Amino acid sequence: MTNSYWLLALLVVPLVGAALVMLVPKANETLAKQLALLISLVTFGLTIAMCLEFVVAKAAEFQFAYSISWVSNYNINFALGVDGIALVLIALSTSLVPIVLLAGWHDADGARGTVRGYVALILVLEAAMVGVFAATDLFLFYVFFEAMLVPVYFLIGRYGGPRRNYAAVKFLLYSLFGGLLMLASLIGLYVVSGNLTGHGTFDFTSLAALSIDPTTQKWLFAGFFIAFAIKAPLVPFHTWLPDAAAESTPGTAVLLVGVLDKVGTFGMLRYCLELFPDASHWATPLVIVLAVIGIIYGALQAIGQTDIKRLIAYTSVSHFGFIALGVFVMTSQGQSGSALYMVNHGFSTAALFLIGGFLISRRGSRLIADFGGVQKVAPVLAGTFLVAGLSSLALPGLSSFVSEFLVLVGTFERYTWVGVVATLGIVLAALYILLMYQRTMTGPVPEAVAEKVHDLRGREVLAIAPLLVVIIALGFYPQPVLDVVNPAVDRVMHAVGSTDPAPQVAPVAEGTHK
Amino acid sequence: MNALADAVPKFDIPTIEYAALAPILIVLGAAVVSVLVEALLPQRYRRSTQLVIVFAALVGAFVAVVAARGTQQIVAMGSVAIDGPTLFMQGSILVLAAIAALVMAERKVDPAGDSFAPRASALPGSEDEQVFTRLGWLQTEVWPLFLFCVGGMLLFPASTDLLTMFVALEVLSLPLYVMVGLARRRRLLSQEASLKYFVLGAFSSAFFLYGTALLYGYAGTVSLSGIADALTNSAGDTGLVLAGVGLLAVGLLFKIGAAPFHQWTPDVYQGAPTSITGFMAACTKVAAFGALFRVLYVALGGIRWDWRPMMYVIAALTMIVGTLFALTQTDIKRMLAYSSIAQAGFMLVGVVALSSQGLQGTLVYLVAYGIATVGAFAIVTLVRDSTGEATHLSQWAGLGKRSPVVAAAFALFLLAFAGIPLTSGFTGKFAVFTAGIQGGATPIVVIGVVASAVAAFFYVRVIVLMFFNEPQAEGGPSVVIPSAFTTLAITVAVALTVVIGVLPQLVFTLVSQAGTFVR
Repeated sequence: MTNSYWLLALLVVPLVGAALVMLVPKANETLAKQLALLISLVTFGLTIAMCLEFVVAKAAEFQFAYSISWVSNYNINFALGVDGIALVLIALSTSLVPIVLLAGWHDADGARGTVRGYVALILVLEAAMVGVFAATDLFLFYVFFEAMLVPVYFLIGRYGGPRRNYAAVKFLLYSLFGGLLMLASLIGLYVVSGNLTGHGTFDFTSLAALSIDPTTQKWLFAGFFIAFAIKAPLVPFHTWLPDAAAESTPGTAVLLVGVLDKVGTFGMLRYCLELFPDASHWATPLVIVLAVIGIIYGALQAIGQTDIKRLIAYTSVSHFGFIALGVFVMTSQGQSGSALYMVNHGFSTAALFLIGGFLISRRGSRLIADFGGVQKVAPVLAGTFLVAGLSSLALPGLSSFVSEFLVLVGTFERYTWVGVVATLGIVLAALYILLMYQRTMTGPVPEAVAEKVHDLRGREVLAIAPLLVVIIALGFYPQPVLDVVNPAVDRVMHAVGSTDPAPQVAPVAEGTHK
Repeated sequence: MNALADAVPKFDIPTIEYAALAPILIVLGAAVVSVLVEALLPQRYRRSTQLVIVFAALVGAFVAVVAARGTQQIVAMGSVAIDGPTLFMQGSILVLAAIAALVMAERKVDPAGDSFAPRASALPGSEDEQVFTRLGWLQTEVWPLFLFCVGGMLLFPASTDLLTMFVALEVLSLPLYVMVGLARRRRLLSQEASLKYFVLGAFSSAFFLYGTALLYGYAGTVSLSGIADALTNSAGDTGLVLAGVGLLAVGLLFKIGAAPFHQWTPDVYQGAPTSITGFMAACTKVAAFGALFRVLYVALGGIRWDWRPMMYVIAALTMIVGTLFALTQTDIKRMLAYSSIAQAGFMLVGVVALSSQGLQGTLVYLVAYGIATVGAFAIVTLVRDSTGEATHLSQWAGLGKRSPVVAAAFALFLLAFAGIPLTSGFTGKFAVFTAGIQGGATPIVVIGVVASAVAAFFYVRVIVLMFFNEPQAEGGPSVVIPSAFTTLAITVAVALTVVIGVLPQLVFTLVSQAGTFVR
């Protein structure tokens, strides 16, 4: 098999870029930022070119495969490849990085660390994000999964808000704990594969083909699932997220919540379900209960927040509940919806965090109570914030609606009552978004707001505009993404041995699917 | 004629395989020369001569190890085994000792000269001592001690009978006791550490010897393969063996620093001159693990089901005690000491795996741990205030701002200890944990991963201190710019930590070539 170099390029370009950025003199901050932006745009351009090469008909297979032996003693390969789901998540990651760099042009100014260090860490993180979605060798996946923590840890700890130390350490320890449990399961899986086939392997496809004894599956599943549940995060493993998101810069928060946390739900879909089908069925009731609790609890918490960034973080806890629910209801609508949701949530949360960040940096406060009447002084800012918020509450016509609807349809097909409870989450979403909008953007204008808050400027508009375009475009026409995702979802459904229940409503996702 | 020939007892000239023994002989020979240099050469020539001797001996011995690769035989009339694991450990000890020696040779960091006492025999705080300090005396007596110690370490994991092993244990331990007491600063602490180490060390040696005696009582021989044969042939009453094994294990586990025989570690690591701490933390562990493996796998493989539960408990206890106590430390050297206890616990997972994978995993872990340890202690020597090394953790606050490069190197070593992927520490952890699960020791591995997660906390805390906190106000410690010696040591340690992390196959190839023990 010939190796394809697309994915390797997506890994190498940001890494080399990070090294180049570190060579820029410390004082020349603008050059470092420009260089980083250029590199992230090149990476994004490569991603687009790669996406055009992607064969949608074969989206269930791993395309652009690249593999070389890495640690032959343990049969470990440096193996990359993407199916439809991984492809869209990589596209999400590489498209958000230039936006984050552009929007957060002044985020690192005056921080403890240098500006070139900030942008270099973001580029390193970009490489790790590509790697974690592209790895088809479980050992390699684990390496990226853990290595990813280090740049984020420094991004929060060196460039974050007042409680950054606490937030950074909490983030790292939660993630490490999950990661180490996963390591034990991963090694267990390797040993099991050795016992079953005579030679141990970390290759995903070979491992997915094994039939592991159900009791062993449960143990191995537990290690992987806890790691992903912490990452995603599901209630009750979520407490690190509001702290980490609130204390990091808006850009870091976007990458953290928008992309990194997707590794958790991506991992559930790809690894938990396909590798441990029996255990996944066994765990389904528990996961669904946790997911529904997360939907409602996250939304209620969001309503009660007084801090804009913590509010956005809690909305994500609620949304991750939806994504996990969609994955574990074991219907193709649910899983397609979840995969699409991962992308949509990435864009709408990015818009919320970035515009929220503009607002916060202008006023110098994160408290909702400090704002009011912003739409009078900064109409464009308020308007874009409203669109992002409406997308987050799943207004029809904006992207999140389609995915949330698919997840709920998938849920109703199998668990009516769960669907009913989860739907409450949408009502609550309207409440937290609109209340926040009302409190910050409408009403009388406090003096401090009138004085400090000015409207979005060129660079900021340039950063936000693509996000809104994507949100609206995917809201009206999500089919391209669904077409890419669906074959991979079908593969998962097949692996996990689930078939959709006899449809009581006309299937939506398969509408034009051939 | 014939009658006369019968009357004289037949005497075989012992055969000595000089080539195979060359690494040990070179280092011990150099040690003797080094003593002579100390005695005969005028003081101003001693340092340069000693350094030449030390590095020539280490390099020469390493070359001899490489030249002997592939050897798989018992030499020196059945008392020394030169096999793959021996050579791998000897090579590791020599590399680690060479890096540590670079740190010991540093003379630019301490304004008073080097980090060793101007006269070790003077009473701490006495007038004598003050006089010597004022005169600016610099001693080089540490080098012969160092070489003897390394010689003992090379022999310890190679010994195939318990008496040779005991002699090696003493040869490596006695110089260490003295070296621990040589610190220039905080003399009292250093001497206390030395005495503590000596008394407890002598005690554990006695345990080792008693265990040897009991095993001799059972098997009628002290050779490891002889004991193994005795165990296979008379599978009956093993009471004497078990008592012997228990006592022997106490002696070995003491040197490893495994709980509950770890109490000396924090005090000794703290009191010893920091360069010596790095040396002993890295090299002693390699040698002692080598000996432990050889005893357990070669001699006592037949009764593995009897000693395995004991090692289970000790491995778990060591991991738990090491991590929990490290959490509460406020002194960087004590924290690293408890961390080394926890690391010993992780390495013991390889021992309970009962397989060649377990042996190989622990060997990889030892190398990874040793390199990071020598590097970390080398950096500790650089962070100083007016009274000497600033070892209180609070003094490390904001180090990343003042000296980003040094702080980054230290952070790398800490991440390696914590076992973050792409550092050497992860390679080691992965290897021992895999061996552990393959060997059916899954519960221990689970305890191991949980302990690793807890351990990450205190490693990360130091990173937080260095990078995320503001430096102390005026008068805080600063990083001294060292001479080429320490710089080279840290550079090599950093490079190896990264290389073993990113390209683990290199070291896996080496250990799998090492194969298994010769009997």
